[in-house]
Amino acid sequence: MDVVLLSRLQFALTTAFHIIFPTLTIGLAIYLVVVELLWLKTRLEIYYRMYRFWVKIFAIHFAVGVVTGITLEFQFGTNFARFSQAVANIMAPLLAYEAMTAFFLEAGFLGIMLFGWKRVPPVIHFLSTCLVAFGASLSAFWIMAANAWMQTPAGYELVDGQFMVTSFKDAIFNPSFSSHLIHMLMASYVTAAFAVAGISAYFLLKKQHVFFYRKSMAIALIMAALFAPLQIFVGDWKGLVVAEHQPAKLAAMEAHWETNRDQGAALILFAIPDMKNEKNHFEISIDNMLSWLITRSSHGEVKGLLEFTKDERPNVPITFFSFRIMAGIGFIFVFVMLWAGVLWLRKKIYDTPLFLKALVAVQPLGFIATISGWITTEVGRQPWVVYGLMRTEDGVSPIAAGNVIWSLSMFMIFFGIIGASYMYYTLRMLRRGPDLESPIPPIQRMAGVRPLQSENGI
Amino acid sequence: MDLVHLWIFLVGLVIILYVVLDGFSLGIGLLFPFAENEEERDVMMASIAPVWDANQTWIVFGGGALFASFPKIYTILFSALYIPLFTFLFGLIFRGVAFEFRANTQDKAKWNGAFFGGCLVATIGQGLTLGAYISGIRTDEGGFAGGAFDWLSPFSVMVAVALVAGYMLLGATYLLIKTTGNVRDRAFRQAFYAVLAVAFFMIVVSIWTPYKDPAIWARWFSEPRVYWVWTFPLLGIISFILILDHLKKRQELSPFILSILLFLSAYLGLQAAIYPYAILPDVTIYEAAAQRETLIFILWGVAFILPVVLAYTIYSYWVFKGKVTAEESYH
Ligand code: HDD
Ligand code: HEM
Ligand code: HEM
Repeated sequence: MDVVLLSRLQFALTTAFHIIFPTLTIGLAIYLVVVELLWLKTRLEIYYRMYRFWVKIFAIHFAVGVVTGITLEFQFGTNFARFSQAVANIMAPLLAYEAMTAFFLEAGFLGIMLFGWKRVPPVIHFLSTCLVAFGASLSAFWIMAANAWMQTPAGYELVDGQFMVTSFKDAIFNPSFSSHLIHMLMASYVTAAFAVAGISAYFLLKKQHVFFYRKSMAIALIMAALFAPLQIFVGDWKGLVVAEHQPAKLAAMEAHWETNRDQGAALILFAIPDMKNEKNHFEISIDNMLSWLITRSSHGEVKGLLEFTKDERPNVPITFFSFRIMAGIGFIFVFVMLWAGVLWLRKKIYDTPLFLKALVAVQPLGFIATISGWITTEVGRQPWVVYGLMRTEDGVSPIAAGNVIWSLSMFMIFFGIIGASYMYYTLRMLRRGPDLESPIPPIQRMAGVRPLQSENGI
Repeated sequence: MDLVHLWIFLVGLVIILYVVLDGFSLGIGLLFPFAENEEERDVMMASIAPVWDANQTWIVFGGGALFASFPKIYTILFSALYIPLFTFLFGLIFRGVAFEFRANTQDKAKWNGAFFGGCLVATIGQGLTLGAYISGIRTDEGGFAGGAFDWLSPFSVMVAVALVAGYMLLGATYLLIKTTGNVRDRAFRQAFYAVLAVAFFMIVVSIWTPYKDPAIWARWFSEPRVYWVWTFPLLGIISFILILDHLKKRQELSPFILSILLFLSAYLGLQAAIYPYAILPDVTIYEAAAQRETLIFILWGVAFILPVVLAYTIYSYWVFKGKVTAEESYH
C-alpha cells in the first residue's frame, strides 16, 4: 500500500474516532449550562445532583476528546506535509486561533468546573460552565472554517502552487462555511439530547431513580424537539450549497449519472451504484423529486456524474450510502419527536414503555449520523484535498510507507484499548447511578435551597 | 524588530511555556513509581488534576502557531520526526485518559502504570525530537529528504535521557509547593538527585553539540553574540547553586522557580547556537516564515487574546492554590 492511501486511512480513522467525542461534549456542555441555571434559579437540590451526575460523563468524554484531537493537529504536518505547506498561510492561522480562543478557554475553566465546587462561589462556577460550553462551540467555528475552506476555497490567490491569502474574511466566511457550521453544531446538540434521553429512558424502564431521570429526560427532550426538525431544514440548505459549489459530490450523493436535459431528475431512494458500468442497479426512485429539491422546480437541471471524467469522480457507493444513512436518521429523529409530542399532549410520556424503548434504541444513532455525514462530506470531496485545486495524492508527506503502517497499527491498538476502557468505565458510572447523598459543599449552599426529601418519588 | 524576529521570539516563548508547564505535569508522572501507597499517588495526581489539560494546551497552540508562522519548520520537522512525534502523542494519550480512568476503577495499578508509562514515553518522544532537531535535518527543495530513522543517534538518545531528568526536577520541585509530609520530604531528595543529573547532562550537551557541529561553535563565538552568550551558562550555574542551597534550607517555593530559570538558560543557549537557522543545516528563518498578512493576522490574536488567556490561567492557579489532599484527585 502507498503513503497516500495509508495516510488517508489513518486520517479517516482518527478523525472518525475523535468526532464521536466533541459531538457529545459540545451538546452536553449546553445541557449542563441549562441544568446549572435551573439550579441557581429554582434552588431545587435535584438540579445540583443532576449536574454532578452528568458532568462525570462529560469529563470522561472530554478527556478522550482532547487526547484524540491532539493527534489530528499533528497529522497535518506528519502525513500531509505538502498539503500543509501549500495551504499554511490560510488554514494554519485558523488552527492557531482555535487553540487560542477555544481550547484554552475550555481547558482553563474545565478545572474549575470539575474541581472548583469547594473553592468558588456559585456564580463563578456557573460562569465557568458557560465558558466551557462557549469554548466548545467556538472550537467548532474555527475547525469548520478550516474544513469549509477546503470544500469551497475563497479569499486566496495561487502563486507557484502556494495559496496566498488575499482576504481572511472571505477565507473564513467562505460559501459553505455557515451551512457547515450550523449543521455540525446542530448535529452535536441533537446527538447529545438523544444520548441523555436514551440513557434516562433506560433507567426509567428499570424504575431506578425515577424522579431524577424524569427530570433529566424532560430537558433533553425539549432540546431534541427544538433541534431535530431544524436539522432537516439546515440539511436541505446544505444540499443546495453542495449542488452549487461541488456538483460532482452532489451527483455522487444522489447516484445521479446522466444530466437531465428537459425532464425532471428523479430522487433515488435506494440503488446499488455501479461505478464501472456508470449506472445503478435495483433502483427505487421518485420522479422529479431531485429537481424539486435542488432547483425548486419540477424539470430543473441537475448535473450528473457523466459530466466529470472518471478521475474526477468521488467514490459513488460510499458517498451515496453514507448520505442516506445520515438523512434516514434525521427523519427517524423527527418521527420520534412527533411521537413524543403526541404522548406529551396525552400526558403519558414517562409511562409508555414502547416509547421509552424507542428512545433507548435511537440513543446511538446521532453518533452514527455524524460520522456518516462526515464520510459524505469528505469522501464526496475526493479526489481533491482542496476542492478543484489540489489533489489529495499531491498533498502527502515525502515519507516512507513503513512509517504510516507503524502509526496506523499503533492507532488501531491504542484506540481499541481507549475505546473499550471508555465504554467500560462509562457504563460502570451509569450503573452506579447518581450520588444523592454527599453533602453540598458549604460555599455552594445558597439561602432557600429545597432539598430532595421535600419532593416525591426519589 | 521585524515581523519574522518577533515571531521567532513568540514561538520560542510558547515552546518554553509548554516545556515548563507540561514539564512539571509529566515530571510528576515520572516520579509516580516512587510513591509508597495509593494515597500518596492520589495526592500527586491531585496536585495537577485541575491544571494538566490547560498546561497541555500550550503544545496544541504551539503546533498551531508554528504551523501558521513558520510552515516550513512545521512541515519539514514533522515529516522528518514522524516516529518520535507519534511516540510523544501516544504517550500523551495514555497520560491524559489516566486521570479519569484511574479514578473510576478498582484496579488502580493498571492506570498507575499507564500514567507513568504515558509520561515516560511522551518525555522520551519529546527528547528524541529535540535531539534530532539540534542534529539537523536533510532537506531538498523546501521538503524533507531524509530517511525514516535519521532522528535516531546516540546524541538524540542522550537528550531524551536528559529531558527525563529535567522533567523530574520540575515535577519534584512542584511537589514541594503542593504537598506535605512524606511526599514532600521525598520530593526534596528527588529534586536533589535530579538537579545533579541535569547539571551533568547540561555540561555534556554543551561540549558534545559544538563537537558534533563546529558551525555551532562558530555561531556562539561570532560577533556580536559572543558579548552576551556567556550570560546563559552563567545564569545556569547560578540557578544550579541556588537550587542546591535552597533545597538544603528546605525552601518550598524557590526551587521550582530556580528550576525554571535553569531550563531557560539551557533553552536560550540552544537558541543562540541555532539562530538564524530555522532548520539546521540550511533553512533560515526568513525562508521558513509565512506570508506577511498571515503573520499579522495571528499577531492580533496574540496581542489581544493571549494576555486574557494568561490572566485566567493565573486565576485558575490561584483558585487551586495551597497544599492538596488526596480527596481532590477526583471530582
Ligand atoms: C480541517 C480539516 C478537516 C476536518 C474538520 C475533517 N477532515 Fe476529514 N480530512 C481532512 C481534513 C479534515 C484532510 C486532511 O484534508 C483529508 C485527508 C485526505 C483528504 O483528502 O482530506 C481528510 C480525509 C478524510 C477521510 C478520507 C476520505 C478519503 O480519502 O476518501 C474521511 C473519511 C474523513 N476525512 C472523515 C472526517 C471526519 C469523520 C471528520 C470529523 C471530524 C473530518 N473528516 C473532519
Ligand atoms: C480534522 C480536524 C480536526 C482537528 C485537527 C482537531 C484538533 C483538535 C485538537 C488538537 C483537540 C485537543 C484540544 C485540547 O487539548 O483541548 C481537539 C479537541 C476538540 N475538538 Fe477537534 N479537531 C478536528 C475536528 C473537529 C471537529 C470537526 C469538531 C467539531 C465540530 C471538533 C471539536 C473539538 C472540540 C469541542 C474539542 C475539545 C475536546 C472535546 O470536547 O472532546 N474537532 N480537536
Ligand atoms: C434529513 C436530514 C438531513 C439532511 C438533508 C442532511 C444533509 C447533509 C448534507 C447535504 C451534507 C453534506 C454537505 C457537504 O458535503 O458539505 C451533510 C453533512 C453532515 N451531516 Fe447531515 N443532513 C441531515 C441530517 C443529519 C443529522 C440528523 C445529523 C447528525 C445528528 C447530521 C450530521 C451531519 C454531519 C456531522 C455532516 C458533516 C459535517 C458537515 O458537512 O457539516 N445530518 N448533511
